[in-house]
Amino acid sequence: MNPPQQSSLAVLRRLAPYARPVRGRLLGSGAAALGAMLAGLGSPLLIQRIVDGPVAHRDRSSLLLLSLGVLALGVVEAGLIYLRRALVARPTTDIEKRMRADLYHHLQHLPVAFHDRWQSGQLLSRAIGDLNTIRRFVAFSGLFLVVNMLTVLVGMGVLLTIAPALGMLAVIMAIPLVVLCGRYERHYRSAARRAKDQVGDLATTVGEAALGIRVLKSFGQGPQATQSFLAQARELRRTELTKVRMLATLWALIIALPELTLAAMLALGGYELATGSLSLGTVIGAVTILTYLRWPLESLGWLLADAGNAAAATSRYWEVRDTAAAVADPPQPRAPAQPIRGGLRLEAVHFRFPGAATDVLRGVDLDVRPGETMALVGATGSGKTTLAALVPRLADVTSGRILIDGVDVRDLALVELRTIVATAFEDPVLFSASVRENVALGAPQASDDDVRGALRIAHAEKFVDALPWGLDTRIGEQGLTLSGGQRQRLALARAVIGGDAGRPAVLVLDDPLSALDVHTEAEVEAALRRVLRGVTALVVAHRPSTVQLADRVALLAGGRIEAVGTHSELLAEVPEYRRILSAVEVAGDLSAVAR
Amino acid sequence: MTQQWRGVAAEDHDEIDIATGLRLATRSRRLLGSLLRPQLRRIIAAVGLLLADQVALLAGPLLIAVAIDRGIPAALDGRPGPLIWCIAGYAVTGLLDALAVSAFMRQSGRIGQDVLLDLRERVFAHVQRLSLAFHERYTSGRVISRLTSDLDSLQEMLDTGLDGLFISLLSIVGIGAMLLVLDVPLGLVALAGFVPLGLLARWYRRRSRHTYRATRSWIARVIVQFVETMNGIHAVQAFRRERRNASIMDGLGGGFADAETEALRLVARFTSTVRLVGSVSVAVMLLLGAWRVLQGTLTLGVMAAFVLYLRRFYDPLDELAMFANSYASSAAALEKISGLLDESPTVGDPVAPVALPVPVRGEVVFDGVHFSYSGPEILPRLDLVIPAGQTVALVGATGAGKSTVAKLLARLYDPVAGAVRLDGVDLRSVTDADLRQAVVMVTQESFLFAGSVADNIALGAGPSAPRSDVVAAARAVGAHEFITALPEGYDTDVRKRGARLSAGQRQLVSFARALLADPAVLVLDEATSSLDIPSEQAVQAALATVLSGRTALIIAHRLSTVMIADRVLVLADGEVIEDGPPTQLLADTGPFATLHTAWHTALA
Repeated sequence: MNPPQQSSLAVLRRLAPYARPVRGRLLGSGAAALGAMLAGLGSPLLIQRIVDGPVAHRDRSSLLLLSLGVLALGVVEAGLIYLRRALVARPTTDIEKRMRADLYHHLQHLPVAFHDRWQSGQLLSRAIGDLNTIRRFVAFSGLFLVVNMLTVLVGMGVLLTIAPALGMLAVIMAIPLVVLCGRYERHYRSAARRAKDQVGDLATTVGEAALGIRVLKSFGQGPQATQSFLAQARELRRTELTKVRMLATLWALIIALPELTLAAMLALGGYELATGSLSLGTVIGAVTILTYLRWPLESLGWLLADAGNAAAATSRYWEVRDTAAAVADPPQPRAPAQPIRGGLRLEAVHFRFPGAATDVLRGVDLDVRPGETMALVGATGSGKTTLAALVPRLADVTSGRILIDGVDVRDLALVELRTIVATAFEDPVLFSASVRENVALGAPQASDDDVRGALRIAHAEKFVDALPWGLDTRIGEQGLTLSGGQRQRLALARAVIGGDAGRPAVLVLDDPLSALDVHTEAEVEAALRRVLRGVTALVVAHRPSTVQLADRVALLAGGRIEAVGTHSELLAEVPEYRRILSAVEVAGDLSAVAR
Repeated sequence: MTQQWRGVAAEDHDEIDIATGLRLATRSRRLLGSLLRPQLRRIIAAVGLLLADQVALLAGPLLIAVAIDRGIPAALDGRPGPLIWCIAGYAVTGLLDALAVSAFMRQSGRIGQDVLLDLRERVFAHVQRLSLAFHERYTSGRVISRLTSDLDSLQEMLDTGLDGLFISLLSIVGIGAMLLVLDVPLGLVALAGFVPLGLLARWYRRRSRHTYRATRSWIARVIVQFVETMNGIHAVQAFRRERRNASIMDGLGGGFADAETEALRLVARFTSTVRLVGSVSVAVMLLLGAWRVLQGTLTLGVMAAFVLYLRRFYDPLDELAMFANSYASSAAALEKISGLLDESPTVGDPVAPVALPVPVRGEVVFDGVHFSYSGPEILPRLDLVIPAGQTVALVGATGAGKSTVAKLLARLYDPVAGAVRLDGVDLRSVTDADLRQAVVMVTQESFLFAGSVADNIALGAGPSAPRSDVVAAARAVGAHEFITALPEGYDTDVRKRGARLSAGQRQLVSFARALLADPAVLVLDEATSSLDIPSEQAVQAALATVLSGRTALIIAHRLSTVMIADRVLVLADGEVIEDGPPTQLLADTGPFATLHTAWHTALA
């Protein structure tokens, strides 16, 4: 999305809050890595001494001792290697877990509008792939980046001390290396970012193809879907290969520059030897040091690449985390009126979708009295669902206000508000969990009796009891498939479940009867009548049968409430209402046919 | 694992017995082999580059040794020639080394990316081919985790593992040969170190298989939880599910973190033990070698060379251990992926396809069709003839089998016995492409894909469908008006799953989609449930013209839609209990007439 502006270091610093609590272990692991490296360097030196000493001088006594020394170094090295990995195993998986939990928490509190805008694949790839990248960076590459840089710096320092002239050569080599690495890192990071975004898009396509499989199958679109998926996958491949090429070029430089420096050192060393300003031992020492620096230097290439990947992942992660929750708890929540009566009042409510040019709702005024059932009727696309979503603050009004018992919904704590207001949606979302869990969605402490009570009100107890494991049966995508009518009745049960908090005072029902056949409709209708008793309700309705349940009806047209009254009043007085809700025309045809 | 909230379902099995484990391992190895085989040339080229690199690497120290031993003394004697040659030679080997490594990286990068692309294509295309019955069992969450996180872990192996594998194998073989050439007994002792290493590798493979399998299963669960939450976010928020979800995610994330930690600790134990074995070998070798030098059965020079090489013999073992690790992690992923690829579509393309007549007339015959979804029989035996061009409405209570009939006609499922024929051709003998051209089904769930309104309408007709056709289809169902009112008209992005549109508008779009596909047989499964009455009337008016000349099977809860049919079938428990033109059935006192009365009562 945005080209990287901050340096990788600045981006990676945002991992600090997660890394800080385990910094002891991270440091320990770094120390172990350093120690293992030193032990690894130590043993060849010791071996050298064995060959030059005891073996050459036929000294049996010190042979065993020095050999044991080699063995000891080897054991220490192995132990440190173990420590380096084992120390960070738990802390880094914990970091990944906490970062995921925090992201998940944040996403759950971002408004629906955010989720409509963000493709789920982009969110998923952040929660899974990016966090994996970050964990590996913290556990491994980040550590070695620091350790290896330190090693290189120390090596250079030693070189400068024992042979200043030769050391200067190394410093001169280091300058282009640092400059090139810096430039490359920037380019690489933007490629890494692009690749990660493409991975997210790919995940989105995968998700859509999996969820929309019925449509794709019905239209025989499998091959086309595969083609467009492949096109995206090829894009990703291209980006990944760009990354590989960048890394390959950098790596060539990182290998070649020290080698050329070594050659130059030999030349300069030879010259200085000839002039007598350096000893042979010093030249050999300098060359040996540079050889030892080979691995730390070479590894910087892919360590930097990994840092670039991690920086891209981190910035993608914080992009979402930095999005402020537009619908948030008020700083000082007000207590709702006690007892809650459930009067619902909309005053001059305007709503505009983010980025849209015009308002969907243009000054809605509506008063639903406590205990009253108000049907909301309007043409397809008139904003009924939008209006319904404003009450539990799934979105906030653009202007105007919504009051419950005289308190602005924005002044109530969200948990409080959504306890008072229960909602059932036209498309009843079921999660892959037990029936009990699905019904007690917001009230996990609800008892089986509470759940059964709600099921009974929603006319759902009978079919639930007939399921293979009753309340424990897993439903939803990963479980048993339910019919549309069954799903809608569960959604109703969900809306009316009591639990400790007591039954909700305000119900918002978005077309709760849409997916039902005539038989089931009658059953759910009966259920609804019971549900609606004693609560304030706003019911979005498409059908005269649903409207029948209401005490009064409000007609939404042109973004305003055009008329409020009983069904028969509006039918008689408002032509628009007749047009939308009356089936007279069809019924007339039918009866004509029937006769 | 206490996960009561998930509830009970028929199939939950994570534990795998040994025989199955072996079968899984062979299956995933076969898959990996089939992925790598087309890359053989490139792999050989890559190995060639590595060989060149190794030669350059070996030559470098040699040149330095010569420079120090001969060049510098000669230079001190005033003959700078040998030193200059050595230095030039060293610079050249350095450059060659750099070039070879760089070329190798490009090559192995291409190999890895091509393997991934190949696998992505295979899995995605295969998933699209698999039948609906499979998808309903396997679920979208698992498909998503196969194609995302499982593939990622394979990419990790290809990115980091392959060069490590090549380099280490090359140097182990090379140096092993060198050791044997230098001194046979010592060489054999050095090779003996591979016995404990082999045992160690076996132990690790066994343990890590299990652990990594667990990580794959946990991450798949995390993905499912994540995806379901994000897809149902409005329900989550409206019902204050956030806290409960957070604790569920905590459990799942914790399970994943535990499995992952276990895997990392295993790696720690494995790599450090490998290093330990290497170090002990070196020490033993050292003692043995030195003792033999003292005995006079070995020269000092051979001993020195031996020790130097030995160190480099065990170094690549680290790389090998790392490869073993990334292989183990991707093996678990490969197991799952190969399992998915192993599924064969139960509703598959015919071996010997039969062409439909051109043009398709649209005569549909259900010939002794039995059907069940792995449970009680849904359709005991259905015999039905729908003449070409007839509009048939299916009516009946929930569970009567209406949708099943529709799905059989759209061949989302195949009958257990009997056949469904279109123009006399068994649907199982028709290629998918032909069938989808002839039969289109619109369901109640109007799934919209990311993209513009026009893209969504043109789904069935292909992106090349002219805009005028798209508009005409939208007009026909009465969707044109609201579409043009959108900010960018037909080019408006519908956002995730069509969030920008209302449920009714989404249904109109998917209706237009079906019209534009212009099939000979149209199947409508409650395609108008979310429409308000004016929209439904517009659709009905459109249907009257659209359906003329087409065969149509309509499932509708609204009797008004049923009335436009030529013929009504009342279904109960999978059997047709009433059959006739709607007007005639209304006049009778059968189930349809009763239904009609119920509908009228609902209206009153």
